Amino acid sequence: MTDEQTAAAIVSDPEHVRYLLRQMVRVRRLEEACVEQYSAAKIRGFLHVYIGEEAVAAGVMSAIGPDDAVVATYREHGHALLRGVAANAIMAEMYGHAEGCCRGRGGSMHLFDAATRFYGGNAIVAGGLPLAVGLALADKMSGRDRVTVCFFGEGAVAEGEFHESINLAALWDLPVLFCCENNLYAMGTALDRSESQTDIALKASGYAIASWTVDGMNVLAVEESARRAIDAVRAGAGPHFLELRTYRFRAHSMFDPERYREKTEVERWMERDPIQSLRSALETHGQLSADQWSALQRGVDEEIQAAITFAENGTLEPVEELTRFVYSERTAP
Amino acid sequence: MKTTYREAMRAAIREAMQKDDRVFLMGEDVGRYGGGFAVSLGLLEEFGPVRIRDTPLSEAGFVGAGIGAALGGMRPIIEIMTVNFSLLALDQIMNNAATLLHMSGGQFNVPVVIRMTTGGGRQLAAQHSHSLEGWLAHIPGLRILTPATLEDARGMLWTALEDPDPVLIFEHGSLYNVSGELADDAGSVDIDHAVVRREGAGLSIITYGGTLSTALEAAETLSGEGIDAEVIDLRTLRPLDDAAILASVAKTHRAVVVDEGWRSGGISAEISARITESAFYDLDVPVTRVCSAEVPIPYARHLEQTSLPSSERVCAAAREVVGAGG
Repeated sequence: MTDEQTAAAIVSDPEHVRYLLRQMVRVRRLEEACVEQYSAAKIRGFLHVYIGEEAVAAGVMSAIGPDDAVVATYREHGHALLRGVAANAIMAEMYGHAEGCCRGRGGSMHLFDAATRFYGGNAIVAGGLPLAVGLALADKMSGRDRVTVCFFGEGAVAEGEFHESINLAALWDLPVLFCCENNLYAMGTALDRSESQTDIALKASGYAIASWTVDGMNVLAVEESARRAIDAVRAGAGPHFLELRTYRFRAHSMFDPERYREKTEVERWMERDPIQSLRSALETHGQLSADQWSALQRGVDEEIQAAITFAENGTLEPVEELTRFVYSERTAP
Repeated sequence: MKTTYREAMRAAIREAMQKDDRVFLMGEDVGRYGGGFAVSLGLLEEFGPVRIRDTPLSEAGFVGAGIGAALGGMRPIIEIMTVNFSLLALDQIMNNAATLLHMSGGQFNVPVVIRMTTGGGRQLAAQHSHSLEGWLAHIPGLRILTPATLEDARGMLWTALEDPDPVLIFEHGSLYNVSGELADDAGSVDIDHAVVRREGAGLSIITYGGTLSTALEAAETLSGEGIDAEVIDLRTLRPLDDAAILASVAKTHRAVVVDEGWRSGGISAEISARITESAFYDLDVPVTRVCSAEVPIPYARHLEQTSLPSSERVCAAAREVVGAGG
């Protein structure tokens, strides 16, 4: 997206652009709070933050409808939040509390929410792709006008389930939007050290699926591409594939000493911070006053602080409930 | 009505397709080929390619798609050609089908049915002959069925489809051609309980699936020797019907577990342990097991037959437990 296109988007609907900025800030603040609470030992297990990649979730979520389905990965706090799962329920889940969206059984990597059709929270790399294909198959067989959006990292491209799923979706012409969040590293393994062909959109196109590459650091570009792709999928043009080029500013997880990349590389990407870039563009065009920015931040801080308070005041699921939900509960005949 | 196990299974699929629009069959060669074991022969012509859906050789992909379709409100029947191939889909079965309900705090149940062939005896060697249902029965969140009779081949599928959670059905490959009489009005059956297939007071032979006929044959031979064997068909390996097992052992005080799986860490070990835990003082002698030899199942007929449980081995085990401990 050129500077002119960005300018045009801001001028034509500044309120919407401020909304996208706010969505990204919500994700960033939520995750900064997660890191703090992790350091305070309130959150345990694995914690993978999305800081730096917010434009992807914000742009795509803005383009999909309430009846559509979302399948995400273990780096999904932002996707859940922007899909409409309450920050309270997300934070309480990470605290392992009964008030969490999965009653403390999922944690950071497994956020699920039936009300918003948010199907996780899948921590087996590429394991969510077949689910997305199946959700879309159900919609197609039932004649429902819905789209399933499936997020995964570029590491998934090395898995067999990636190839099987893209092939099935294309073969059966299913309403899926595949969103590959290419942050260049599968944990610590760089893309060019794991793939013979590093152009992922090109690779996907080998399955006869419409695919293109998007600047994943620019929320306006992401939203525009996602909207175009979703409209096409919904119109019956078959599955689409977006390779969203982005970057993870933080470590893979809280256990990662980051030996595999140079600090200068991280710093270079941080100059393209999707939040700072959009904020600057809005300010340049006179569409974000200091007061507006303060108010935006204040509102988000209040939401996240409330979520922490909610989680702090949460309760533990009684241990008597441990074996609930292994099987469905049957009502007496 | 004279029928075969294969035809009974096909009738069950046909009935399910007719009763519920959400039901569809998906797997490798289920359509034009008619099914690797000809179970679905003719169903493509009857129901069309949308509901009798041929898949690529992508076990993880289509099993996962079945799980996704179940999440999306369908009632898929997924056919995997053999249990050995199901290992390619084990990620989806274990990490998704079995876990989603619990991991999501009760929000997402997975009403999928996955059918597959299991077992040896057909000289198909070490990549098509194993009995891994005991492994799958290790996993909480799944229900494991092992239809051994025409009635169960005909009746278990519909009950499985009505189950809100994932059900795996293991069809022993040697059973498809078994023929016999089936009531014209045969329909859905209970999948919660083991059944006593032959009453007896001298010992309990506990088995399921492909080795039910082995056990019944052994019981017949033993009866000629004055040994009165009871034969329990477990029918469901998860959850195990502990009450039926323990009731039989309380009566006979002797137990032989027959399982085509391997002995080490197998379902026979679980059954033996449960008897020991809950009915130790009912036992006159230790529980004995007849399982497959601990080898990859070989091709040559004499080697394969030696590796599998036989009625001779069951008889020998029975004589030993009856002779021992008076």
